Amino acid sequence: MKTWLMKIGRMKIWRMKIPSVPTLIAGSVLVFATAWAAFPLFWMTSMSFMPEAEANAFPARLWPVNPTLDNYAELFAYQHMGRYVLNSLFVACLATALSLAFNITAGYAFAKLQFRGREKLFQALLAALVIPGQLTMLPLFFLLKNLHLLNTYVGVVVPFMSSLFGIFLVRQYALSLPDEMLQAARVDGASEWQVFRRIVLPNLRPIMVTLGVFTFLAAWNDFLWPLIVLSDDTYYTLPLAIAALSQEHLQDQGLMMAGATVTIAPVLVLFILLQRHYVRGLLSGSVKG
Amino acid sequence: MSYDLRVFVKHLSPGHVFVAPALLILFIFFLAPVAGAFVMSFTDFDIYALADLKNLSFIGFDNYINLLGSPLFWKAFGNTAYFAVVGTPLSIAVSLGLAMALNTPGVGLKPVFRTVLFGPYVATLVAAAIIWRYMVDFQYGWVNRGLGVVGVPPIDWLGDPHWSMPAIILFAVWKNFGYNMLILLAALQKIPDELYESARVDGAGPWSRFLHVTLPGVAPVLWMVALLTVAGYFQLFAEPYVMTQGGPAQSTFSLLYYMYQDGFKYWNLGHASATAFILFAILIGISFIRNRSQESFA
Repeated sequence: MKTWLMKIGRMKIWRMKIPSVPTLIAGSVLVFATAWAAFPLFWMTSMSFMPEAEANAFPARLWPVNPTLDNYAELFAYQHMGRYVLNSLFVACLATALSLAFNITAGYAFAKLQFRGREKLFQALLAALVIPGQLTMLPLFFLLKNLHLLNTYVGVVVPFMSSLFGIFLVRQYALSLPDEMLQAARVDGASEWQVFRRIVLPNLRPIMVTLGVFTFLAAWNDFLWPLIVLSDDTYYTLPLAIAALSQEHLQDQGLMMAGATVTIAPVLVLFILLQRHYVRGLLSGSVKG
Repeated sequence: MSYDLRVFVKHLSPGHVFVAPALLILFIFFLAPVAGAFVMSFTDFDIYALADLKNLSFIGFDNYINLLGSPLFWKAFGNTAYFAVVGTPLSIAVSLGLAMALNTPGVGLKPVFRTVLFGPYVATLVAAAIIWRYMVDFQYGWVNRGLGVVGVPPIDWLGDPHWSMPAIILFAVWKNFGYNMLILLAALQKIPDELYESARVDGAGPWSRFLHVTLPGVAPVLWMVALLTVAGYFQLFAEPYVMTQGGPAQSTFSLLYYMYQDGFKYWNLGHASATAFILFAILIGISFIRNRSQESFA
């Protein structure tokens, strides 16, 4: 009996082997966990296409019987969803552009340029990593009030402009650039700015994508800071808009799920497209930004 | 003046010029506010001071004394600690279990599993919290239906003060396990196969291999990840804000929720800064444990 099983195990029909017990256990755990991870997101999407009667039906349904776009139509026609999508998009893009501009130059300099006080400055930044962003929020609110930046897009992106995480991420990557390459350009008479523009930037492109995805996702998903800075709903980003919507329309489940889908779908798509770059950032240093 | 400035800039090395913009921004919008928060926590900064700083006065440690004597503060502290202390081991256990499953040789479709398992972490927290409000709904939610299948009577997750925090922990584990899973997976992949082989030759079963090869192999990373997660969980805010508004009976009211409400609803910015600094002290304590333990691992 045993040899018979082993023979089957070794047969290469359909290029398949009988999996071992650990593989079977791991496989079933993964299937179960994947279903658990995906189910709420699946249900959200499915329910967002249900007409009101189906979305509120008891017991809850998995599939829409008569799929409809009514919930989305209601969101965009009467709940200003279009504006919130644009607000979120604009805030996330602005945060990404500013974060790249500030962190790339600084990260590169900390890795490759010699200057007085470099090590001390860097140690100070490392030490500052333990400071939680929330600590700055109360005085920052007062500062932005005096700069007339409350209820503006700039006010929302202020914490993303220059970040310790961004500087470390870029520095770590830039350390691997060969010094000879930079030196050769300098010998050819290139100024430091030209070296940066023509040689460093093209070589830093992978880490720019990584930092870009990180910042975009963080700015898109951010909640507490926009909640503090934005009191005027003209400037609301999607998380603020759907949190406010849920306080008035909680019983309207289809509508809420459509709002959640509009908020989550763009970041999921972006993540799936740029996964490789995102995971690199996550693993390098594993510092939380 | 502009000539002097030019001379000054010329004496700076290019490195200074490259780091200056980022450091300037960090100073204005990060480090200076930290100092500001420290000063603020010793003042009675309120809505009148917000309008005119002349209305501000220093009150020494009054904010801290007041906080430490306030039942609401201790309630928020207790809730936050409950969330962090129960939520972290659960999160880490799920992350480690799934990282080990992903690291098992012979399992197919790994990239697909990995991507889907990471989905919740990327999803917008507020939107996910809204979905989970419906997931844990008393009558309607899938969690109670699932429990019903195994014979557990329905639980009023968000309505019962005993179950509201477990509901939020359940949600947080679902939301966050993907991040630590990827970091632990990278650590597991660094354990050489030979270690497992020789353990097997020595007759070690799966459990003993887990205890004597896997756990020591990932211990430093596991410890780091656990402390970062505790620190992150101490910053609980959006989950209760969206799912329960801190209720019922303040059972999900957190430290950061307290700071937000105190500072931006009642405009007691001085008092709220003291809360922020107590939270900071807790995080410093956690990072101190981390530094100490890194030394002992090294």
